[in-house]
Amino acid sequence: MLDKGKSVQAIISEIGTSKTALLPILLAVQDASPAHYVNEAAMNEIAARLKLSRSRVYSTASFYSEISLKPRGRNIVQVCVNAPCENAGKAAIIRALENELTITLGETSADAQFTLEGVNCLGACYLSPAIKVNGRLYGNLTAAAAVDIIRQCREGEAN
Amino acid sequence: MEQVAMKINGAAVSAPQGSTILEAARQLGVKIPSLCHHPDQRVKANCRVCVVEVEGSRNLMPACSTRVAPGMEIRTNTARVRETVQTILELILSNHPQDCPNCIRNGNCELRQLAADYGMREYKADIEPVALPIDTSTLSLVRDPNKCIKCGRCAEVCHHVQETGILYSHFRSTDIGVAPEYGKQLSEVNCVLCGQCVLVCPTGALHEKDDIPAVWAAIDNHEKHVVVQVAPAVRVSIAEEFGQAPGTIATDKLVSALRFAGFDRVFDTDFTADLTILEEGHELLRRLQTGGTLPMLTSCSPGWIKFMEHNYPDLLPHLSTCKSPQQMFGALAKTYYAQLSGIAPEDIFVVSIMPCTAKKFESARPEMADSGYRDVDAVLTTRELGRLLRQAGVDFNKLPPGEFDAPLGVSTGAAALFGATGGVMEAALRTVYEVVVQEELTEVNFTEVRGMAGIKEATVDLNGLPVKVAVAHGLAHARRLMDDVRAGQADYAFVEVMCCPGGCIGGGGQPYGTGTASREARIAATYAVDAAMPLRKSHHNPAVQQLYQDFLGQPLGEKSHHLLHTAYCDRS
Amino acid sequence: MNIRRNGQSDLVFNIEWQGGQTGAQIDLPDYLARGGYQALRRALATDPAQVVQTVKDAGLRGRGGAAFPTGLKMEHVRDNLELERYVICNADEGEPGTFKDRFVMTHLPFQLLEGMTLAAYAVGANRGIIYIRYEYPEAQASIRHSIAAAVEAGLLGDNILGSEFSFHLEIFSGAGSYLCGEETALLSSIEGKKGRPRLKPPYPTQSGLWGKPTLINNVETLANLPAIIGRGAVWYRSLGTADSPGTKLISLSGDVNNRGLFEVPFGVSFREIIESCGGGIKNGRKLKAVNIGGASGVVVPPHELDCRLEYGACAKREITIGSGAVFVLDDTRSILDNVRNRAAFFLHESCGKCTPCREGLRQVNRIIGALCGGAGTASDLAKLERYTRTMQQAAFCGLGQAAGNTLISSLAYFRSEYEAACRDVQPAAKKEGTA
Repeated sequence: MLDKGKSVQAIISEIGTSKTALLPILLAVQDASPAHYVNEAAMNEIAARLKLSRSRVYSTASFYSEISLKPRGRNIVQVCVNAPCENAGKAAIIRALENELTITLGETSADAQFTLEGVNCLGACYLSPAIKVNGRLYGNLTAAAAVDIIRQCREGEAN
Repeated sequence: MEQVAMKINGAAVSAPQGSTILEAARQLGVKIPSLCHHPDQRVKANCRVCVVEVEGSRNLMPACSTRVAPGMEIRTNTARVRETVQTILELILSNHPQDCPNCIRNGNCELRQLAADYGMREYKADIEPVALPIDTSTLSLVRDPNKCIKCGRCAEVCHHVQETGILYSHFRSTDIGVAPEYGKQLSEVNCVLCGQCVLVCPTGALHEKDDIPAVWAAIDNHEKHVVVQVAPAVRVSIAEEFGQAPGTIATDKLVSALRFAGFDRVFDTDFTADLTILEEGHELLRRLQTGGTLPMLTSCSPGWIKFMEHNYPDLLPHLSTCKSPQQMFGALAKTYYAQLSGIAPEDIFVVSIMPCTAKKFESARPEMADSGYRDVDAVLTTRELGRLLRQAGVDFNKLPPGEFDAPLGVSTGAAALFGATGGVMEAALRTVYEVVVQEELTEVNFTEVRGMAGIKEATVDLNGLPVKVAVAHGLAHARRLMDDVRAGQADYAFVEVMCCPGGCIGGGGQPYGTGTASREARIAATYAVDAAMPLRKSHHNPAVQQLYQDFLGQPLGEKSHHLLHTAYCDRS
Repeated sequence: MNIRRNGQSDLVFNIEWQGGQTGAQIDLPDYLARGGYQALRRALATDPAQVVQTVKDAGLRGRGGAAFPTGLKMEHVRDNLELERYVICNADEGEPGTFKDRFVMTHLPFQLLEGMTLAAYAVGANRGIIYIRYEYPEAQASIRHSIAAAVEAGLLGDNILGSEFSFHLEIFSGAGSYLCGEETALLSSIEGKKGRPRLKPPYPTQSGLWGKPTLINNVETLANLPAIIGRGAVWYRSLGTADSPGTKLISLSGDVNNRGLFEVPFGVSFREIIESCGGGIKNGRKLKAVNIGGASGVVVPPHELDCRLEYGACAKREITIGSGAVFVLDDTRSILDNVRNRAAFFLHESCGKCTPCREGLRQVNRIIGALCGGAGTASDLAKLERYTRTMQQAAFCGLGQAAGNTLISSLAYFRSEYEAACRDVQPAAKKEGTA
């Protein structure tokens, strides 16, 4: 979420071109993208600079679930889908968020304001059900509290 | 090598230290199934059908990756092993199209064979229909992801043998696919269409585009005069399609088979291979004498040409402008042969039998029509020829011998060498030496350029002028050489590159089972073909001499330039 | 809230967890004030081999789940002839229901850093990497600041505490893959590849990062080292049992009154954990089942809970301690729903490399879906068992081998619930009280 707009070239210069750099570069490029994803042009540039085949770079990028190959919303809402959160009422939270955002889990809103995703254990099972919005953790949620977080997000953007 | 004593299925046996259970068992005559394993490749241990029981191990162990150890007790045939292997096959088949009769690999599919061996007649898993799009975007290859079992063999060839970097495993879990990036089609990426992926694919997920129907249509059309040319590498591999051992020389049976199948004339690409030596040899001499771009690079291998066009466009001036023998043949068939036979070029249909999938692409390059007609109308791989002959009812092994038709079927031993890595170089040196030195070359075998080493070098003394040459096969090795050329660190005059490992005898259109062992056998056969020929230097080919006298004039002459030479394009 | 025994006042972590809230981070001055870095100071004055010996004497075993003897691992790296060596901290804590490593990183970061430095000194490594999962940005931030503070204080970097020993530590972020918690997949990930497991042997101790000998240990394991080196093997062995010395961090979640992180000495029973730490079942309900070890763990009924938390005792009962996740289900919960959640998790996280795991999970998910939709059959149950058996027996790595654990254990203990979901099992055969 730092370094918005930083060029792929600048990121590679900073991180380097060793093979170890691939995953950090992909994450940094995604962080620098307003749409939180890695696009094809960036992928090709990374492949050329790291002297890897495009297919190989795509292989790594496509493997990790926190790297997106599609544009996402400005705000990313992640709902833990694992068993402790499921038993604590995950379904109701997702329903409420889907209603509020008028999208279903895995989708991005038409205005590109929000993406709603499932995510694996956030390590907050003592606070389940838990969600993460733009990297910030919220626990012990109710459906109403989850909707409030979204509304605050909207207000924050409006201001 | 030190032997390790152990037990397999209760029998005391020994195997060389460091061998895997799979290697040891197979050597001892114990069959262990495998799918992802390939003797020429690194161990992947993906498919897990080779699991066995090892005493003391809680889980089953993959035989392909587990090394034998002293005192090991291995059991390959227990209820636990059988249930597991059958379940794994069932799991693969539950997500695999159930249309074996319609599959191009029906008859030689490794998965279907295992299913038969393990009595999988009754698939116990529920079948989920799969319908991923099939890639038919190229003229050479078809990729059917529905039939892919994710063994990873193609990716290994594509990334480590050819370094073309096209096919790789993407995504994870059940979304995993072995494909070009972004689900692109092969025509949209820098695939050179070498078909090495096809050779290692255990199923019908990767195969050549089948051009048999087009060839039958031409044969069945009585208005068409159908001539066929056969590449040097096919005569030492076609017998494998009919159960013979790799390295069986079947030139005479092959000629008879083609006649039986209905081709009007059976000619030989070896004829234009000799012609290529004359054209390319003189091109080399001209470059040497006039300060042309050096090193000159051979241009017979269409996968190699496409590789250069994608990856080294700056080095295109190094490529010989000679068309490949296949294309030279086509150009002459529709001009010289049309004149000789009095048949209108538009009525002549040229079929090539090639060890190569990239030849299909080459034949359709728009610039390959200098006579006003497409040089070559259809290309069949060795594998397709096998199928065509079976359809024609040919009992290959029982055929009487036949001889190529003249004049486009006359050739020398030098031409036969084109099939093996180093062969074009050796053939060229035989001719260039005699042209320059004006003396008979008595030792015609240039052994320094023979063999499976990835990059070979030699220096030939031409009248006091030392000429340094190099030979590479397999694109990973070619890349090393081209990087040197690009860096100005290659002081060669002439470099032969063949796209496929071993040269054309290891081409992507060759019979299934092509690997290091069969490549070596076919190379040995290639040298035997050469040695048995009465003429072994291309410039001694009387039909080629006649061609220059009656039609072309001289090497690099105007007609040659028009019909036999070509230009390349930047595809980067 | 932590369980203490034998009059022990001090444990290894001494977490204070109050009302579901975690305390403040122990920063460097706090840590030093509590005797932090005394162990490193002591170690630097002795032979590294002595450090390895102490860890071996203490009987420390890997806390990430595999429970491999840590001292032995250290010795393998130490004895390697290759001098370029690495220490990697596996902080890819992805086992659902586990939050101990996150807690250690955010609250006791210097205990981890000191532990890693001790490990590096012991095995002769000068470079280290902490691989932290992407989902833990707060842990990444905490460790990043702590590394900077440690370097500043001469506790990391060149010539640590004025000695000849140098150790450089960096963070590597995961990118959303549970499998990267498998040590060889983690190495592949650092090397820029898909996080897929590699063939073993060679083990990372022989050929790890970039083919160099590499010590890979879990956060909790490494964070045990300051106490072991500082207070000695004898003290450490006074915690826990002869079979399993020391303590274990337990991530307790689900239907208990107190959810949270607890440190308990080995040897306590699971029932004790649920009652003493968890304060019993929430809302006065009855206990139905406990999932021990996370998604790759087992589901056991109440009568199994007298089993002691101890590697030997648990192995006998086929209970997987794993990462120490204890997830409690009350009598309103459906076993099938929970198994379905686990199966979906593994389907999402399988790397897809090997057939048993990829295709087995595809079919297992399909069948459980059918069962949950009431469309299952008795033959489906047989298939489930056969497929999970094949995964256990033949999958490439631990993920596939363990992916069926909840399923197999719950089929053994709660079979009636599965049968109740089959449309062709006669009602007469359906047992009473399966809810």
